[in-house]
Amino acid sequence: METFVFFVAAAICLAGALGVVLSKNPVHSALSLVGTLFGVAVLFVAQNANFLAAVQVIIYAGAIVVLFLFVIMLLGVDRAENLSVDPLVGQRAAAIVAGVAIFALPVAALATTGWDATGAIANLGSVSDSAVPDVEGIGRVLFTRYIFALEITSILLAIAVVGAVMLAKKSPKAADMIVDLPARPTSTDADAASADATSEEGTA
Amino acid sequence: MELLDLVWLIPALPLAGFLLLVLGGRLLGEPGAGWLATAMMAGSFGATVAVFVGLLDRPEEERVFGQTLFEWMPIGGWDIDFGFYVDPLSVAMCLFITGVGTLIHLYSVGYMHGDVNFSKFFLYLNLFAFSMLMLVLGDNLLLTFLGWEGVGACSYFLISFWFTDPEKASAGKKAFVTNRIGDWGFMVAIFACLAALGSISYDEILSGAGSLSGTTATLIAACLFVGAIGKSAQFPLYVWLPDAMAGPTPVSALIHAATMVTSGVYLLTRVNPIIAEADTWIQPTIAWVGAGTALFAATIAVSQKDIKKVLAYSTVSQLGYMFLAVGVGAYVPAVFHMITHAFFKALLFLGSGSVIHGMHEEQDMTRMGGLRKYMPITAATFIVGWLAIAGVPPFSGFFSKDEILLYAWAENPALWVVGLVTALLTAFYMSRQVFLVFFGDERFTVDADHDAHTEVAAADEGDADTALDTEGAEAEALEHPDTAGAPQHDDVHVLHAAPHESPWTMTLPLVALAGLAIVGGAIQLPFTSDLHFLADWLHPVLGDNEAHIDVATGTKVGLAVVAVLAGLTGIAIAYAIYLRRMRDPIEPAILEEGWRYDRAITSFMGGPGRAGFEAASNFDRTVVDGAVNGVGALVRRSGGGLRGLQSGFVRNYALGIAGGAVLLLAYFLAQVTL
Amino acid sequence: MLLAAGVEPSWYLVLASALFAIGATGLLVRRNPLVMFMCVELMLNAVTLTFVTFSRMLDDIGGQAVVVFVLVVAAAEVVVGLGIIVAIMRRRPDATADDLALLKG
Repeated sequence: METFVFFVAAAICLAGALGVVLSKNPVHSALSLVGTLFGVAVLFVAQNANFLAAVQVIIYAGAIVVLFLFVIMLLGVDRAENLSVDPLVGQRAAAIVAGVAIFALPVAALATTGWDATGAIANLGSVSDSAVPDVEGIGRVLFTRYIFALEITSILLAIAVVGAVMLAKKSPKAADMIVDLPARPTSTDADAASADATSEEGTA
Repeated sequence: MELLDLVWLIPALPLAGFLLLVLGGRLLGEPGAGWLATAMMAGSFGATVAVFVGLLDRPEEERVFGQTLFEWMPIGGWDIDFGFYVDPLSVAMCLFITGVGTLIHLYSVGYMHGDVNFSKFFLYLNLFAFSMLMLVLGDNLLLTFLGWEGVGACSYFLISFWFTDPEKASAGKKAFVTNRIGDWGFMVAIFACLAALGSISYDEILSGAGSLSGTTATLIAACLFVGAIGKSAQFPLYVWLPDAMAGPTPVSALIHAATMVTSGVYLLTRVNPIIAEADTWIQPTIAWVGAGTALFAATIAVSQKDIKKVLAYSTVSQLGYMFLAVGVGAYVPAVFHMITHAFFKALLFLGSGSVIHGMHEEQDMTRMGGLRKYMPITAATFIVGWLAIAGVPPFSGFFSKDEILLYAWAENPALWVVGLVTALLTAFYMSRQVFLVFFGDERFTVDADHDAHTEVAAADEGDADTALDTEGAEAEALEHPDTAGAPQHDDVHVLHAAPHESPWTMTLPLVALAGLAIVGGAIQLPFTSDLHFLADWLHPVLGDNEAHIDVATGTKVGLAVVAVLAGLTGIAIAYAIYLRRMRDPIEPAILEEGWRYDRAITSFMGGPGRAGFEAASNFDRTVVDGAVNGVGALVRRSGGGLRGLQSGFVRNYALGIAGGAVLLLAYFLAQVTL
Repeated sequence: MLLAAGVEPSWYLVLASALFAIGATGLLVRRNPLVMFMCVELMLNAVTLTFVTFSRMLDDIGGQAVVVFVLVVAAAEVVVGLGIIVAIMRRRPDATADDLALLKG
């Protein structure tokens, strides 16, 4: 049963990931990302991480992706990008080589260990023990061993909120400070992108 | 409270005077500032007397008293305290520094009358007194060095006090720079002490000197001697002292005759245990440098025309006597001569200042003569000083000089001969000076037309009229160019007002110093050992390092008679030449120019010296700057090459990160598999 | 055959590697800052997946706890990152990552 679930979820994940990277339209990318996040959530459930699965769906799929879509719609940048050519010479080839290496090298490392995890365990609690639900286990760890780290994340979030507010403030001066871009010459790339965007919108 | 606890007052009062004058000197104005400074010095003298009495109360072996005010420099394992070291030597020094200093302060009130920078002068004078007392009282070498530099700085300020005259300003610079050479020696000695003994406090240096190796002691003694040479104007670093006469005359008396220039002798006396440990060539070297300087300077003094230059070379010569004494281990006679010299040389300088004042800023002795009837007090006191320095008994100079010659004889008769010749020359040039200034014909005329006018001016005692006088004289010269110009060719100088005696503030110190110059010898009389007051007083400081001589009484008397005869011979020759005019004066130009020593230095520094400096500057420009600029250029060029990597594209940077991650992964994989 | 063999935990790790590699490649290739951001999220998810997998393989709840922190950091990062993107895009709606090259040396 788990094998079946794994393969289905893995297929969804990979398809979503490829969709994110390959879609010309950022809206499609965002929707593909939802697929991947959902697949990962399923894999969490398959590994007895029920709480994390719920969090994954609620926070990632529910909040973050919605935030992405919101920004896309707010700014009206839902135009397709021309993926046929990369202005940076050699960037794409190098990126693919790096990507393959990043995939292959850890797998090779995993193969040398006999496809097994190595390392010492922290003895923070069992995952397989059905008497202790994972919510309770995580909560116990977070509020004992990691209490200071947890408190610090609250500060981090507060800072992030303040920072976002400052960044988004509609002050022309602040905007000047952040970016002062040189006027962009009429780019064929941009024109093509807007042309593509209109056609894509039609099909979508 | 013990009297000795008052020791901090000795330097504190002049310091207070200095600070008060810094803040309110301008407000106090003409006489007030001078009186304040004088009162501070007098108070300091009072405190010194109190400490002296306190020290007398103690038994001889307990006459060393330390007072630590605060911790000055706690650095790592050792700390330097700010404290005073009171012993018979330092108290003896303080007594005559504050005593003579008070008299000279008082004198200055009259001498500096009418100067625009009146209060500034006394401010410097008090600062000098403070520094000098710190030099003497400091309980470690560094504190002495602080005073040492302080008196050097004050000397500079005061030599170039009339700094608008470029010659005077450069005389100050010369003194400052020459002293630096000596200061270098002092500093090296401090470092060597710290390295060898781990301390620079006198307490530990003097008690630990016995544990020094001979080489280290020699190094320290030699370096301190270099410092003493610079400060006390010995050959070859004496050149600054004659030029220092550019300063006001009280400064010459206080700094360049009585106190500061003797600090080299003080320093060597202070560290006598170290000198005792040093190699045997150190002491003869000191003695011969002293004797050589004494003779050398005396020959120069013979043909000087400037009244103060004679006294300046005389001071160099007398300091040479003191070094001669230190060199033969005769520390007591050295200190003895230092004290009597302070009395009679300060007297002579102040007297010359009085003459200069009376002659309306004229310093050339060939334009004076017969002054004793114009300024009787100055003349009488000056004659006392003359007899004292010439070594005529029973004046103080006789006793101190005679004792030095005695020790020199016991050590090496050759030193005695040099000292004797110097004594003869001393008597000769001082007699020449007295005869030229106070006796003989008047080689100046007082302009008759101005007599009536100057009577009024003298009655007013106001120098404001001087300006008017000058204008009048210039007008006169224009009207009668032949009469005004002619007398000067015949060395007859035209004065615009008659010479006059100085005010009481100036003559009172002269009288007091004349009294001291007469009786000063009483502190160390040679007749019986009960009368060796100074030797007994200084015994705790010197101990066994004082030379012991074994000379029969008959020889002693014979030596004294020879010395007196030499002095009288010098006086007689001068009488024959300058008063009776039996012969033309022998004043070769080479002596007048001081053996052309200054000129030799100038041509050396201007020629090879300058070439050397330019080579050093060239080295700095090409090699040192080249190395620095080369490193800069290298960084700039490699930075220029690497800036291409900074493309500005975020994705390029991300690719860099990805590449790095891949390399790390490959490295770990290689670690696991290989 | 595969189904019969049952699922190996290491398969999750291989899948996570694939997700991470795809995310990294996308980051390097795409020019739209929003899509680049999504690629970063992909990579973060790959990492959380490995954490959960290790947690299961070693039977230790600590791996799952760490995922909570990853989520928090990801949320903060998205908030700030999107704030910056909004600020940029408001001025230049068609800006790509390649246009922001003012720091060129």
